[in-house]
Amino acid sequence: MAEIKKVLVVDDDPDFRGQMEMMFSSRGYEVATSPGRKEAEETFHTFTPDIAVVDLMMENDDDGFVLAYRLKRKFPDCAVIIVTNVTGETGIEFPGIDDASGWITADAILSKPVRFEQIEEELRRIEGR
Amino acid sequence: MAEEKVLSLLVVDDEEGMRMGVRRSLRHFSMKTEETGEVVKLDVTEAASGEEAIILMKKSPPDIVLLDNKMEGISGIEVLHWINGKDLDLMAIMITAYASIETAISATKQGAYDFLSKPFTPAELKVSVRQAVAHLMTLRQARELEREKKRVRFQFISVLAHELKAPLGAIEGYLYLLRDGIGLDDPAVYDRVVDRSLLRLGGMRKLIYDLLDLTRLESGQKKRELSDVNVLDCAGSSMETMKTEADRRGITISLESADEEVIITADRGELEIIFNNLISNAVKYNRDNGSVAVRVENEKEQVRISVSDTGIGMSEEEVEKLFGEFVRIKNENTRNILGSGLGLSILRKTASLYNGEVTVDSTPDVGSTFTVTLEKA
Repeated sequence: MAEIKKVLVVDDDPDFRGQMEMMFSSRGYEVATSPGRKEAEETFHTFTPDIAVVDLMMENDDDGFVLAYRLKRKFPDCAVIIVTNVTGETGIEFPGIDDASGWITADAILSKPVRFEQIEEELRRIEGR
Repeated sequence: MAEEKVLSLLVVDDEEGMRMGVRRSLRHFSMKTEETGEVVKLDVTEAASGEEAIILMKKSPPDIVLLDNKMEGISGIEVLHWINGKDLDLMAIMITAYASIETAISATKQGAYDFLSKPFTPAELKVSVRQAVAHLMTLRQARELEREKKRVRFQFISVLAHELKAPLGAIEGYLYLLRDGIGLDDPAVYDRVVDRSLLRLGGMRKLIYDLLDLTRLESGQKKRELSDVNVLDCAGSSMETMKTEADRRGITISLESADEEVIITADRGELEIIFNNLISNAVKYNRDNGSVAVRVENEKEQVRISVSDTGIGMSEEEVEKLFGEFVRIKNENTRNILGSGLGLSILRKTASLYNGEVTVDSTPDVGSTFTVTLEKA
């Protein structure tokens, strides 16, 4: 039997957090959630994620980038997906991950609202690399 | 010190003596504008013909142009016509050799602001230029204000759109969960999906209602029904409205006043908006089992309403940001609290109808006191 994969969901929006948790759980993943960067980092000792879904703008506007960086340093094999509404909030169009991979240590950036199917597709893409 | 602004003035005349005269008369020109208090000075340049004037204006349009009508080649009126075609933001003063009514009419039709008939004295020139400067500055300020208003409006609408998109996204997410059959066999999950959807819908409705309140207040369209109202009654009914939510979290709300009744000439609906906003915030941002104290003080000229909570409080920086529209203080204590971000704008606008003010005094982790003063008449 394949090993159960672990997912860390970090978002200050309780609805998004809860929905991701329900979606991943229903597909057999083990899920941990955190409402912010600090809380997420506290789980690092006890939870080794294979996948992390991280919101960009939380308490600080760049929390998602900081967390993605720390996740990758601590768990190099963890697939990190940043989800963000930054375009809606600031009007800034974000470059695709391919253009930004020099400085953003995430495997994918998705714009909110994000469908679970999009996340699954990104995970397949990341795994297939 | 008043800010200094240098406007450019172009004098167009084929007589060198005229140009010299104008330059000399305006050398020490200085005036203070009424609206902005800026001190305006002039930088004078010259053109000896209509053709030269057009070349100069193409390069950099002046703020004011003194235009002789009768010149060899392109006439003053033709230059004026050219200016109109380019839609330049400037004031033109026509100089005519003899004050003929025909020239006057034709120049006015072309948009000349004023005219001077030759010969004119330096004093006449200065009066005319002074008026043109004042008019130009007023026009520009009005235009600037209009632009600013549009900008604020646009910003308001974008933030509003975002504030509505967030709950829509959340509700949509829950519907997708149900569509995929997630939660259907687990009552706890199902309840959460439905309850959160309803809560976010409620938030959207509240936002829309707040927005309508605000729009009515701003447009002044809401009909005010003024009568003698007992402020303590209003406080009481608002406390009653908030009681369910307060009870659920073990928060007590008390009313303190030295008087049996406090009468003010007011629109009861507006007073309720004030109390509802103050008390609901005091409950929302309180800790469980905390308390809310509503105080009404009857002073000679005004009524002072203050509402204190034992909640999360705010830092000085947070207090500074607080009164902006759609500003919601975002930190770990507030992230689960829903709000439209319009409440305090509404509160402040409502208080201003009574020449009132809203002030806040807050200590992080101890609580906040919001105080509203309302003039009695």
